[in-house]
Amino acid sequence: MSADIHLSGLSGSVVHDAIVPARAPWLHHVAAGQTLRIVDLEGNQAVDFLLYSAEDDAERYSAQDTVAAQGNLFLRKGTVLRSNEGRPMMTIATTTVEYHDTIGGACSCESNTLRYGHHTKAEHACVENFLEANLLEGRGKRDIVSNINFFMNVPVEPDGSLGIVDGISAPGLSVDLRAEMDVIVVVSNCPQINNPCNGFNPTPVRMIVAA
Amino acid sequence: MTANLANPMAARDHARGMAGKVAEAMPVLPPVAVDLPDGVSSDDLLWEETIASGGYATRRLARGARLRLIDLRGDACASLLVFNAELPTERLNVADTVKVQWNAYLGAGKLLLSDMGRVLMSFLEDGAGTHDSFCGTSNPGSNAAKYGNGANSGPTPSGRDRFLLGVAKHGLQRRDVHPCVNLFKGARIEADGRIVPQIGPFAPERSLTLRAEMDVIVVIANCPHVLDPRKDYSVTPLRATAWRGPITPTDDPVRTATPEGLRAFENVEDYFRR
Repeated sequence: MSADIHLSGLSGSVVHDAIVPARAPWLHHVAAGQTLRIVDLEGNQAVDFLLYSAEDDAERYSAQDTVAAQGNLFLRKGTVLRSNEGRPMMTIATTTVEYHDTIGGACSCESNTLRYGHHTKAEHACVENFLEANLLEGRGKRDIVSNINFFMNVPVEPDGSLGIVDGISAPGLSVDLRAEMDVIVVVSNCPQINNPCNGFNPTPVRMIVAA
Repeated sequence: MTANLANPMAARDHARGMAGKVAEAMPVLPPVAVDLPDGVSSDDLLWEETIASGGYATRRLARGARLRLIDLRGDACASLLVFNAELPTERLNVADTVKVQWNAYLGAGKLLLSDMGRVLMSFLEDGAGTHDSFCGTSNPGSNAAKYGNGANSGPTPSGRDRFLLGVAKHGLQRRDVHPCVNLFKGARIEADGRIVPQIGPFAPERSLTLRAEMDVIVVIANCPHVLDPRKDYSVTPLRATAWRGPITPTDDPVRTATPEGLRAFENVEDYFRR
């Protein structure tokens, strides 16, 4: 029996293990102390990611509180993902990708019309996934805020130029997130095909929760 | 004093005796501004208010209105939320604002984009050049850690809590306080992602002018920048002036500056096609 390399180094027992198909949403409750591992199975697949406090979902991930608290835009090993109350929601326990993005936001049908043209309005988009998943639990459009893009690379040049560029991830690379409170994780496995965030080819990712 | 105010009429006279008092931070009704730009009639003046250090203000502005903000003494920080007044579930999207414009730094000619692919406001003029689309504003915890208190009821309220009160006055809730932009205080980004705040204090009287491209609600908090390194709560008053203006014409240079921006204006024009 061959060992599952995607479980390597993950302590505790696996309590949830799912493949999120390309282009699909995913919602899961992760308890404080549990670790969520996201595996970029085929490489350069953006995983758009939001968090809500399970106790009070008006408390949610805040990109701005997170980057201000650490004085840096990039999410690396040790980054504490903070809420709009400034509280730790999850910590990046480890990652085999150097850094992840939290300024690029999520693609939407509407922003696609700006970035690429109105011919892309009918394409599936991350905000559609965020809405569909959140609606299951009574959240809606007001609950969608600036998100994290795991495995996505958005550098900022000295003149302020920025853009989603070729990823720095590769097949099998992963990120481990330790829950600091009971959280609701909402993910869009990004369906974008008009920029390099998914290598122009959306692919599945694996979600493993260990307790 | 208490004895003199023991009956309602005496209390009324005491209250009425305050009429005509002037404070630095206050609205002027009807609005008066002696420094409107050339060609702007005082008849078109909509709003004149000086926002206190640590204070906030909100306003509904019609499409075409201009909003001028002046950092009167060089140490204001205008943290800004913007909503579509008609349907406030549509609001400023900071990520789309920087991503769609392929640039992180706000300034003249830049757009503030909504989460529905439309332009809410545009920058007509910018005499400051130091703005921040990344850091957001202080929260009660960060102000408590820095200044010993972060409550609205205390001496050093947080921008986030000023936002809560501001949005509430338009029927909105906690979950409507979205990521903001900061005007007059800046943030520059190093190659390794490090945030370098630009806190000043700066020269007095720096100003900028925004144009409402839709009917909007603006919520402005004037609290120290969240990465202000100073130990004391340092912030000075912010002046807001608004006047009526024409809806952006099709040949407007801000409208036509980039293909992405042009499509954001076309989406606005489509929204108002009714």
